[in-house]
Amino acid sequence: MRRRAPGWFVAWLLPSLLAVSPLWGQAAPGGEQLYTRNCAACHGSDGRGGVGVPLALEDFLANVPDSYLFATIRHGRPGRVMPAFDRLNDSEVQAIVDYIRDFGPPAPELSTAAVNGDPRRGEALFATHCASCHGARGEGSPGTGVTFSRPRDLPILAPALNNPGFLKAATDAMIRRTLIQGREGTPMPSVTDLGLEERDIDDIVSFVRSFEDRPPPVTAIRLEADSPVLMYTSSHDFETTLENVKRAAAGMNFRIIREQYLDEGMVEPGRENPQQQMIYFCNFQQINEALAIDPRVGLFMPCRVTVVERDGVVQVMSINPKYLSPLFNNSYLNQLCDEMYAFYRDILEEATL
Amino acid sequence: MRRALTWFLLLAAWLAGAPLAASELIMVRSTQSFPETMLAVQKAISDHGYTVSRVQRVDVGLTASGYETDRYRVVFFGRAEEVQAITERHPEMIPYLPWKIVLFAEEEETLMVTYDPESFSAFFPDEALARTFATWREDIHHILEQVLHAE
Ligand code: HEC
Ligand code: HEC
Repeated sequence: MRRRAPGWFVAWLLPSLLAVSPLWGQAAPGGEQLYTRNCAACHGSDGRGGVGVPLALEDFLANVPDSYLFATIRHGRPGRVMPAFDRLNDSEVQAIVDYIRDFGPPAPELSTAAVNGDPRRGEALFATHCASCHGARGEGSPGTGVTFSRPRDLPILAPALNNPGFLKAATDAMIRRTLIQGREGTPMPSVTDLGLEERDIDDIVSFVRSFEDRPPPVTAIRLEADSPVLMYTSSHDFETTLENVKRAAAGMNFRIIREQYLDEGMVEPGRENPQQQMIYFCNFQQINEALAIDPRVGLFMPCRVTVVERDGVVQVMSINPKYLSPLFNNSYLNQLCDEMYAFYRDILEEATL
Repeated sequence: MRRALTWFLLLAAWLAGAPLAASELIMVRSTQSFPETMLAVQKAISDHGYTVSRVQRVDVGLTASGYETDRYRVVFFGRAEEVQAITERHPEMIPYLPWKIVLFAEEEETLMVTYDPESFSAFFPDEALARTFATWREDIHHILEQVLHAE
């Protein structure tokens, strides 16, 4: 499934190493630097995928034009993790495109003309042949790319086809060609192997294109929140409030895993500020599900409420998951962040009332 | 050999790289294994004058609860005086302190993620705090840079 560094990668690496710009580069960063800096964390140093789908894939590169790569970098995939790189200038984006090209075969010659199929017929075919992976409305698999922090034999997840970023980047001819060729090494089948004919393919392409005429999918919407924290003033004393937090969290199926002073471990033992106390709690089933959606959610872990007393006033606070959600550009996380927000709010309310 | 080359490229990329966009996560890939990266991160943190206050072993908790997972840990760190000063003046930052870097294994490589401190600037129109965020951001870059070319 996940291919190890192919020969041409190594063949590419040596000359490109020699071509690398000076270490303390006054020169503008070249393609490989830009790729390493902006893309490698998700797509892998050698393009074989990670959080992002593999790019060093023969059936991918052989069937998409450079304009598709360019537009994908520019527009990203709103709500599907892949960021929009709107701060890179055109020549930087082009340098990355050229660099990705070196991962595999050259760009195909593809027409830019629209395909004239029957989207209504396409819809039925899509339901039969595509929806099981790409979702009934083209919303993609829950989660993105190659999952990780998990068993490696899980398949690459199907991208969202109703995504405004995808639809802007993909031409009809590119979609058509992708359907005919499939993508070997991923679950994406060739529709020719599925027994579909030219007309069926055109109808499916027209149906996929028709996603553009619909309102943007909920998956491309970002949560809004004005504050990075949730903060409540308690009507109880410090100790009672602490106990209330623990009781409230336990009542919502969280396991209290740890209590400590905020500065514990940073200052000498015995010198901690006892008026800032953190309570850590977890629900491992929830963590497990969250990690499958986005491996970066460790930034939310473990769950934590801090109780602080200053000038006789006891305050209880937590992060605001809704404020953080847009940083991840992952719509499935939105839902999770909404749920986490509600948990925190309920715990803080219950503990302070 | 390939590893050494990759590090070199990562380093070159880092030094030559355009500044990171604000309001995004900072995420980099180390070509070292998890245990090596974990050690390198903790060393780099203390080399930059911060104290690692705790390591949360999320993977151990998951495994103990019967879930399968690769190595996944959260490293908390800070400077006592700085944390104290900020919690005094800006209690709203308390839930984000100490700061954390998340590490997780991806086969033989390791990914590191953290918030960009400057993502919080918009919420705190305070110059002193803005300077602290800028320093943290720079320190985080240097810490990760040190990890990427640690042998
Ligand atoms: C068994 C699951 C599966 C089925 C069935 C399937 N796909 Fe896919 N499809 C995928 C996966 C996985 C990818 C991503 C492959 C990759 O990593 O390059 C993909 C990629 C694509 C892409 C490229 C999108 C992009 O962002 O690169 C298009 C277009 C597409 N599929 C359309 C279809 C259509 C139309 C059908 C029905 C005829 C279909 N697929 C059937 C799993 C599937
Ligand atoms: C934070 C993670 C992340 C980063 C950083 C990232 N990507 Fe992506 N990328 C993704 C994900 C996830 C997808 C698949 C989206 C989906 O499933 O709908 C993707 C999809 C793509 C695709 C479409 C692939 C296909 O099969 O059609 C291209 C091309 C791409 N990314 C290129 C890049 C480039 C070039 C960069 C750097 C400039 C980059 N990405 C940075 C996560 C990322």
